[in-house]
Amino acid sequence: MNGFIDFIMGPMVWISFLVFFGGLCWKLAAVIREIRETEPYIFTYLTLFHSLRSIGAWLIPFFPRSTRQQPIFYGISYVFHLALFAVPIFLSAHVVLVEEAFNISWPVLNDGLADLLTVVIIAALVFFGGRRIMVPEIKFLTSAKDFVLLSIVLLPFLTGFLAYHQVVAYRWMTIIHILTGEFMLIIIPFSRLAHMITAPLTRAYTGSEFGNVRHARDW
Amino acid sequence: MENKTMEKATDPAVEAGLERLTRDRIINTINQVLEKETGARFKTYVETCMRCGLCADACSYFLSNDRDPSYSPAAKVKQTVWEMIDKKGDVSKDFLRRAVHICHLECNVCRRCSMYCPFGIDIAYMMLMVRRICHKLEITPQYIQDTVNSHSVTLNQMWVKEDEWIDTLQWQEEDAREEFENLRIPLDKRGADLMYSVIAPEPKFQAGLIYQAAVMMHAAGMNWTMPSMPGWDNSNMAMYTGDNEISGRIARTFYEKAAELGVKRIVMGECGHAFRSIYDVGNRWVSWGMPPFEVVHALEFYHELLTQGRITIKEKYGKKVTLHDPCNVSRGRGLHDMARRVVNMICDDFVEMTPNREHNYCCGAGGGVINCGPPYKGERMVNNRVKAEQLKATGAEVLIAPCHNCHSGLEDIVHHYELGMEVKFLGDIIFETMDKKVYKGK
Repeated sequence: MNGFIDFIMGPMVWISFLVFFGGLCWKLAAVIREIRETEPYIFTYLTLFHSLRSIGAWLIPFFPRSTRQQPIFYGISYVFHLALFAVPIFLSAHVVLVEEAFNISWPVLNDGLADLLTVVIIAALVFFGGRRIMVPEIKFLTSAKDFVLLSIVLLPFLTGFLAYHQVVAYRWMTIIHILTGEFMLIIIPFSRLAHMITAPLTRAYTGSEFGNVRHARDW
Repeated sequence: MENKTMEKATDPAVEAGLERLTRDRIINTINQVLEKETGARFKTYVETCMRCGLCADACSYFLSNDRDPSYSPAAKVKQTVWEMIDKKGDVSKDFLRRAVHICHLECNVCRRCSMYCPFGIDIAYMMLMVRRICHKLEITPQYIQDTVNSHSVTLNQMWVKEDEWIDTLQWQEEDAREEFENLRIPLDKRGADLMYSVIAPEPKFQAGLIYQAAVMMHAAGMNWTMPSMPGWDNSNMAMYTGDNEISGRIARTFYEKAAELGVKRIVMGECGHAFRSIYDVGNRWVSWGMPPFEVVHALEFYHELLTQGRITIKEKYGKKVTLHDPCNVSRGRGLHDMARRVVNMICDDFVEMTPNREHNYCCGAGGGVINCGPPYKGERMVNNRVKAEQLKATGAEVLIAPCHNCHSGLEDIVHHYELGMEVKFLGDIIFETMDKKVYKGK
């Protein structure tokens, strides 16, 4: 058992991060290579200015019109995405592990706040799932795969939360937490969760077409 | 879903086309287009879509049909592209019947949904790709296919023969000369400053628009010309059926005509899709990043004539007007603010419709939808209720639509919903209000 735990807290962490970062780089490179081979015209229309303008406009909360029409969804979505990155990176327990291994550290989130944000993440995921069941136009688009993706994101946070509060089977909860966290990292580049890297690309291209060619705005 | 599919109109070309199809041909064609004619862009769009449904509120079809989920932009992709990919092209004829309907009649490729997708996914592009597949399977709706056949044979959309074209111009010139001495419609004048081009329905049904344009050119003292030979028509229906080869031929002939005449720039009539074909699409097929000529939409040209004082307005138009922003000149060229300046220069009482500018609802006719013809008119009226509501709320007497497609679509909407509005081109109002005294004896 200890050997297994050593493995998932040692080599498996390395593997997960390598697949995560490597996979995203591979994904980006694959997209760029394919554009070069099949659709080089995309580079003709792409401009840095209009790409950044478009990405920037969509990063400002409630600036694009459609975000104002769906304030609840976008409000939850903004907070969810922020917390999704902030909690794992700035959680004190995680930072301590890194410090023990590499002797480097960075500022941490107050445990209470991290706890609260974790609840926010879980609630947001439940909201996203509920929306898929309850809103007809989203239900129409939804397949089992969408719930699987939501679960992949949900599990590490839910188990982390339960482990932190030591509600039930602390040791097992921690193991599942580590495993599901690693699984999420590994699956990101190979699933639609890769939108973390492809969405800025599609936004950049649309922003460039709208701004550079059509002299209009895309928000 | 099933019942609805059966009720939807279809036409002989689609049915006969489906009849001819074999399973092998369907599979091969779909895979050929998806694998060889698309690339990173298509793949990334499909992989990036999170099925969040936020595009739904952008679509006038969705809104007009009481938020029927099957009309949301992503739903149109799901019912066509996703399934084609999932089944590796092995789809049924019933599926294709529905796919033709979705891509040709339930999407105006107006790109409004791109502005509502948090990732900016271009769903219009994907619908055009489905149309490309339908074209290759020869199941394009009859009426729009006929316009493409006309393009193919005559290089104009309306089967206008060469002598008819020249005749029409001369007839308009003759008529105008009775009112305005020395007015000319110069044909093939080499080295003119600008080439004026129109869509084929103008000589076919609305020759008066050419008359009006000639009067404006005359009053403004422009050094202009129109080509007498094929290439005069700037419309491009093949662009909308996915017949890229013919679409390219049309664009190429058009640019070549302008090059032959050695004009400095091209001024287009009040048509949105034609503008898109010359400014944004045709050039790409002929491998130019941007068109080799300055391409100016009528709206920009009017703005220039009015601000430079080449045309003066005698008395502003008095009726209460509202302005429809055509997708291809607002989202497609950012001319919405200029349009407002022009309207304010010629009209006294202007009221906005909401939403407007880049966010305007589509006319419901563009993107080749109205060109699919009478079998689908009833649907078109139902599918564009939201536009009727938007128009009604303005309380305007006159609706200005600086685009032929919008114009025709909105006329239908106005009659169907009994809105009691007059639909006009900007050119109509300028012609009506401009100072005509300058012409006499010039």
